[in-house]
Amino acid sequence: MVELLPLTLTDASVRKEGKTLLGPLSLTLSGTGTTILLGPNGAGKSTLLRLMHGLDRPASGSVTWAAPRQTAHLHQAFVFQQPILLRRSVLDNIAYPLIAHGTSRATAREAARDWLSRIGLSAHVNRPAHTLSGGERQKMAMARGLIRAPSVLFLDEPCSNLDGQATAEIEALLHEARNAGTRLIMATHDLGQARRLATDIIFLHKGRLLEHGPADPFFTRPATSEATAFLQGDIVL
Amino acid sequence: MDDLWQGMLAALRLIVALDADLFEIIGRSLYVTLTATLIASAIGLPLGAWLAVSRFRQRRVVISLLNALMGLPPVVVGLLTYLIFSRAGPLGVFGLLFTPTAMIIAQCIIITPLIASIAHQSLRDLWAEYHDLLISISTTRGTRIRTLLWDGRRALLTASLAGFGRAIGEVGAILIVGGNIDHVTRVLTTAIALETSKGNLAMALALGLILIALAIGVNLAVHGLSRTERTARW
Repeated sequence: MVELLPLTLTDASVRKEGKTLLGPLSLTLSGTGTTILLGPNGAGKSTLLRLMHGLDRPASGSVTWAAPRQTAHLHQAFVFQQPILLRRSVLDNIAYPLIAHGTSRATAREAARDWLSRIGLSAHVNRPAHTLSGGERQKMAMARGLIRAPSVLFLDEPCSNLDGQATAEIEALLHEARNAGTRLIMATHDLGQARRLATDIIFLHKGRLLEHGPADPFFTRPATSEATAFLQGDIVL
Repeated sequence: MDDLWQGMLAALRLIVALDADLFEIIGRSLYVTLTATLIASAIGLPLGAWLAVSRFRQRRVVISLLNALMGLPPVVVGLLTYLIFSRAGPLGVFGLLFTPTAMIIAQCIIITPLIASIAHQSLRDLWAEYHDLLISISTTRGTRIRTLLWDGRRALLTASLAGFGRAIGEVGAILIVGGNIDHVTRVLTTAIALETSKGNLAMALALGLILIALAIGVNLAVHGLSRTERTARW
């Protein structure tokens, strides 16, 4: 697995149509484990993930990985809040990243079949992806993200529309990926999930970085009033 | 009303009698238009996909131009093709004027912008859907274009069929570059124009009805082969 970390953001900001959505903020991510992005809606969690992954460009500042930008991007994957379904079979959806990078169709499909059995969707191999349920779609997207064994996996609220059973299955996949050495960076606003998974926390509010540190101190003694209110379940304005 | 009946009867008589001239003309119509549609699709569909995934400064200009070219007057295309392929023209040495090849070239010029434009419209929406994922997977532009062409193939079929529809019914350009020569370049539309000008309305109408039936037949055949409109979405 290619070492991409540390990831350093220096005074990075994202603007769209004249409005600043995020930053400017600076932070460094290194080590292993799972970073959880917390914050109310509109805090900039998705924008920060997209900025780190390179889907959004910084309007100012910089985003640098330990590897050259293109190499770094090749070893990352992104799981979207709404899974993007290619108009293909479930099998070909999962095999797609491999085929797009030059693996032969047969080998790619073989690997995709393995993943299908790991996520328990073997019965749906040849179904069009859009016939899957919400939870199945997200599991398919996870398999598609993990099939190239990324060094870093970004997840944007992957469980936000899922029930408990599906959430548990996704979290089991996340544990496996983490044990296999993939660094996870995930946005969620499910505090329970954050407690279960986080090794460190990034807390965002109105596009600003308020806290960044190990998970335990954050949950027991948050440093800012906004984080305190958020953890207590108050509505943070 | 009488003319209409007579036209239908004449059409029926021609078909039942397996009129050799008629089938020759039908065959040539299909040959010219299907070849033109294939060539124009081979150019227009990738062009539409390329426009959907590319961002460059003059993109809007190119798309506007393409949309304007959709309305290209066939007669003018015919005239320009005529000038280019006439003896004194720049490509006159090939001796293509008044051959089916010249007719195919003229039809390609007419329908390529149409096919590219419709392909671009439908692939633009598909690209909006796929954009984040394909960027995230760091696909090359070639892979993006191939993915859109494959996953959007049903919509692209419509683009090609629209091109076919415009080409099979087109008369202005192929009359000029083909010359409507009996047994050489006569096709259904030019034959209709000729019969009408001769006052042979029943015959003209008969050929017209056959032309319409042909267009419907090709569309049904293509949909049948590609199994569209059978499953709910794909």
